[in-house]
Amino acid sequence: MLALNQKKFKLSLALIHLFFILLCIIFIIPMISLLSISFSSESDIIDFGYRLIPRSFSIESYNFVFNNPKQIISSYRLTLFVTLAGTFLSMFIMLMCAYALSRKKFILRNVLSLFIFFTMIFNGGLVSSYILVTQYLRLRNTLWILILWGLVNVWYVFVLRTFIQGISESIIESAFIDGASEFKIFASLILPLSKPSIATIGLFMLLQYWNEWMPALLYITKPHLFPLQYLLQRTLQNLEEILRNMDKMPGNAIDYKVPSESVRMAMAVVAAGPMLMVMPFFQKYFVRGMTIGAVKG
Amino acid sequence: MSRIAVKKDKIKKGYKLLGKIVKNNYQLALMSLPLIIYLFIFRYLPMVGTVVAFKDYRYDRGILGSDWIGFKNFEFFFKSADAVRITFNTLSYNIAFIVLGTIINVAIALLLNEVYNKYAIKLYQTVMFIPHFMSWVVVAFIVYAFVSPAYGMMGQIQTMMGKESVNLFTKPELWRGILIGTGIWKWMGFSVLINYAVLISIDPSYYEAAKIDGASKFRIVRNISIPFLIPVILIQFILAVGRIFYADFGLFYQVPQNAPMLYKTTDVIDTYVFRALMEYGDIGISSAVGLFQSFVGMLLVIAANRTVKSIREEDALF
Repeated sequence: MLALNQKKFKLSLALIHLFFILLCIIFIIPMISLLSISFSSESDIIDFGYRLIPRSFSIESYNFVFNNPKQIISSYRLTLFVTLAGTFLSMFIMLMCAYALSRKKFILRNVLSLFIFFTMIFNGGLVSSYILVTQYLRLRNTLWILILWGLVNVWYVFVLRTFIQGISESIIESAFIDGASEFKIFASLILPLSKPSIATIGLFMLLQYWNEWMPALLYITKPHLFPLQYLLQRTLQNLEEILRNMDKMPGNAIDYKVPSESVRMAMAVVAAGPMLMVMPFFQKYFVRGMTIGAVKG
Repeated sequence: MSRIAVKKDKIKKGYKLLGKIVKNNYQLALMSLPLIIYLFIFRYLPMVGTVVAFKDYRYDRGILGSDWIGFKNFEFFFKSADAVRITFNTLSYNIAFIVLGTIINVAIALLLNEVYNKYAIKLYQTVMFIPHFMSWVVVAFIVYAFVSPAYGMMGQIQTMMGKESVNLFTKPELWRGILIGTGIWKWMGFSVLINYAVLISIDPSYYEAAKIDGASKFRIVRNISIPFLIPVILIQFILAVGRIFYADFGLFYQVPQNAPMLYKTTDVIDTYVFRALMEYGDIGISSAVGLFQSFVGMLLVIAANRTVKSIREEDALF
């Protein structure tokens, strides 16, 4: 009887594993197809369509992407800058405020919480922000709007506050008695002690900035300010235009045939690649951030 | 002591108290100032700006200078055929995501909880998490690899099965499935992880006790795992209901590539507002729809929260 039960148990476990393996295949096939297409030769694509397994291995698309780099390099550089500067500024602002919110003696604590919380419930919508940014702040076609657009995530402020509240109040109080200012406590005590939470939310912000295309879609029309994801979007919808810009490169033979289908996918690989390679290593931070985020703020 | 002296003393004490309050709080106030300023400019000013929905906006006169026209913008929108279509699409997609998403993600989390091999768990989680790291633009590329009219893999599969391949960009009715599938696929890793994190935090002694009592696997799941999951499911539910009038702009704009042929099934409130604003420059309509969305959204958050509060006080969000 026991043996039978165990057999049944093993069978069901095997079925569960089988299920997850199939599920993983559903998740991996799309990535593989993207890679495969980017490594296909143009003539194969035209003759046989997109293939999960390339008929022949070719790097002509990558050659093209990396040899005609004016637009791509400039977008890469811009995205890197915006991502780093944005994440840094965002973390700085959110952490300072989260610290203030975590201090029980702060007299504006409740008012400020409400002020912040209300923005989660009601928002002014796309149109009035659009008018504000373009007509009043005049931030269209500036680097600033790319950084400012998603600078503060209110939810993260509350998550950070919860993290900081976990730090013992007595440490803070004793530093206070020693005559340290709030800034000093923040910089020399809170920041080092909340490294894990900074890592978690910092990664969220890094990912957000890297994958951002919305502010560019709304406010950027000049190619030298295209972030990577936005360049990619334009490539999908209008590759010719981008390629025309590239052809203005000196030393580019005019009759050179562009492998346009595979180039598209190669660009997607180049744009998504860095995050996909880096992020899985930080997955444990994501898990931690999310589980705390799921606890009410 | 004379009465005046007492009064002076009181005032003095008052100032001292005020001084103390300022001294104790000014640094913290300064530290939160950047965020306050940011929210004021980028969140609160646009809230005030929603009055533009009641105005005949003209760029040269600005929001304050334009003429009031009452509810004309709203009337115009609600009388159009678009109103029904985009409201229906937005609501039906979100209901599909809430129902299907919850069932699928809870089921997968429960199954994952049955796996004991540490490496396998890690592998499955990581793989399911990959789409979370990709932007909607990249996801749109992936979908395009399948549905591209000329070279897409769906077309090849159809040809292989001896059917005539159809151009999916002319078949709006098929896009409901494509978009729901894509959304669930992208968000799955995230939701499963949240549910799974709750499951592994359950004290193992509950399971052991149930096993000793001879409870079946099914009963254990129903009577232990699911009750523990309910608070998290409820919180996700409130958030989702509060956002039922909002659609993920990335999914509905990037994946169908804004193809006009597909608007019948892919157009949602967010894409409609965007198009009305950016492509037709129609401030009146787009701001009216946007305000309608924000306002109903706010009411729904409050209602959903109140409902949860009346059922399970401790699980309400605020």
